[in-house]
Amino acid sequence: MSRSRLVANVVAVATAFVTFFPIYWMVLSAVKPAGEIQSLQVRPWTLAPTLENFQRVLGGENFGRYFLNSVVVALSVVVLSGIVAFLAAVAVTRFRFRFRTTVLIMFLIAQMVPVEALTIPLFFLVRDLGTAVPGVGLNTLGSLVLVHLAFSLPFAVWMMRGFVAAVPEALEEAAMIDGASRSVVLWRILFPLVAPGLVATSVFSFIAAWNDFIFARTFIISATGNQTLPAALLVFFKPDENDWGGIMAASTLMTIPVLIFFVAVQRRLVAGLGGAVKD
Amino acid sequence: MTSVTTATVVPGEPGAPKAPAGPGNRARGGARLRPWLYLLPSAAVLVPLFGYPIYMLGLLSVFDYRQAQVSGGQPTRFVGLENYATLVGDGRFWSVLGQTLVFAAALVVATLAVGAALAVVLTRAGRVPRLLLSLAAMAAWAAPAMTGSTVWMFLFDADLGLVNQVLGIEGFNWFYDRWVTFGVVGATVVWHSFPFVMVTLYAGIQAIPGSVLEAASLDGASAWQSFWRIIVPMLRPLITIVVIQSIIWDFKIFTQIYVMTNGGGIAGQNSVLNVYAYQTAFGSSEYGLGSAIGVVMTLILLVVTLFYIRAIHRNGERL
Repeated sequence: MSRSRLVANVVAVATAFVTFFPIYWMVLSAVKPAGEIQSLQVRPWTLAPTLENFQRVLGGENFGRYFLNSVVVALSVVVLSGIVAFLAAVAVTRFRFRFRTTVLIMFLIAQMVPVEALTIPLFFLVRDLGTAVPGVGLNTLGSLVLVHLAFSLPFAVWMMRGFVAAVPEALEEAAMIDGASRSVVLWRILFPLVAPGLVATSVFSFIAAWNDFIFARTFIISATGNQTLPAALLVFFKPDENDWGGIMAASTLMTIPVLIFFVAVQRRLVAGLGGAVKD
Repeated sequence: MTSVTTATVVPGEPGAPKAPAGPGNRARGGARLRPWLYLLPSAAVLVPLFGYPIYMLGLLSVFDYRQAQVSGGQPTRFVGLENYATLVGDGRFWSVLGQTLVFAAALVVATLAVGAALAVVLTRAGRVPRLLLSLAAMAAWAAPAMTGSTVWMFLFDADLGLVNQVLGIEGFNWFYDRWVTFGVVGATVVWHSFPFVMVTLYAGIQAIPGSVLEAASLDGASAWQSFWRIIVPMLRPLITIVVIQSIIWDFKIFTQIYVMTNGGGIAGQNSVLNVYAYQTAFGSSEYGLGSAIGVVMTLILLVVTLFYIRAIHRNGERL
């Protein structure tokens, strides 16, 4: 017994070390002075931490702007998809209607579609949309919000379904007997009760929008001011001399917000996944 | 199929979610429309931005649609299945398809093996090691595919990378040979995706009553035996879902390949279907042909999805 526990402990700690190491290396390299990064004597620590990489990235390469763009896109997607998915989840859990299962299966199938393949038609769609509606065409942040809203929605509905179903219907019935209207029940009673689930769901929408590389690369062609983080990161890759200090600083800036978000809600996340996967 | 029966279930059947009765439920017609009203915002987003592009992908794939047609220099021409015929006769398409399948299969097996092994380790480890591993896995899970790619590229950099310096093979280029490159990219992908498998299976193992495992160990079952004879059979439904999820994710890998191999590797040797479709469309301006590749991918994933839905039904989950 104690021997198997010892083995498990050693394996767990060793794996934890290996798994975390790339993250550590990223942050470490971001604060290393240029001389140490260029050096052929790599050391897993630094005695002269510096913020010069961050300063160069944020100042010279306009990274602050891209960071803000990413925040705007991701938060817009989170808010919009939260509200839309909540309503849809209520529809498929609280009501029984014709084609309910069909609707659910379609939400499921939509999650499997290789969205990368849809870049081709969406490129033309967004291009044409831009001539009709300003603000959602190519080179705009609006176009990114729209496609991420669409792609995050099916999973969000699927996951929210479990959270809505977990709220006892008796609560709503009691409120209705007390004379509350449908919309009061929906927004004042049900919505606050599923809010924790909404937060967990929003992590996925946030991460998907925040991490997106392919649509940012496809839609934002010429308006470099509207670039988002992942595509902007490529700026630091130069054919023969990669600016690794800059790349690692930019990567750190991109990773930290997701990491904080993720750890903050990880408990609900696992509970929510259980709901989404196993029900 | 259960889907057919549940679709026609009448309101009021026992166990079926029913619309709450009350003053708000006045007219029958109103109650019947209400779910559709709640679904309306979703439909308003998904029909034009998800459904229509899928339709358009299919449409583009049967047209000759290239740079000349995009700029309006030449009229678009319906070519029927010509794009598909081009693909079938293209040796490169078959080799990309083949290596996509091999790469995805290897990723699924590796992710599952690592994830399942660590889930078992978690159940046996003490509190602190368990916490450390969970936190590290969370960090890898949360790290964006983009930054994961850049960090692993740096670690495996030929001159300044840590790996080469530790191994004492400075100057060795990990991104030169096709299969070595796939190995490094694969390691990055597994690093990103094993936490999901680990956490899900760990939760599943926790749900197995302790008495079952205890009884087995009293009967003299080894850890290995109780894993294969008890844990695996009891978690079969969960494992099926995790496997299919992994297949779907690993088949769709894009960012890691695109970034780490700079758009598909030397002469596109590390291309997978997703990257190949993208490069055909936006690199070579062969939008019709790129769409045809996209359709092939979608169809393959659709087949996997049907298995997924069947698995969910077999688990007895009520949609």
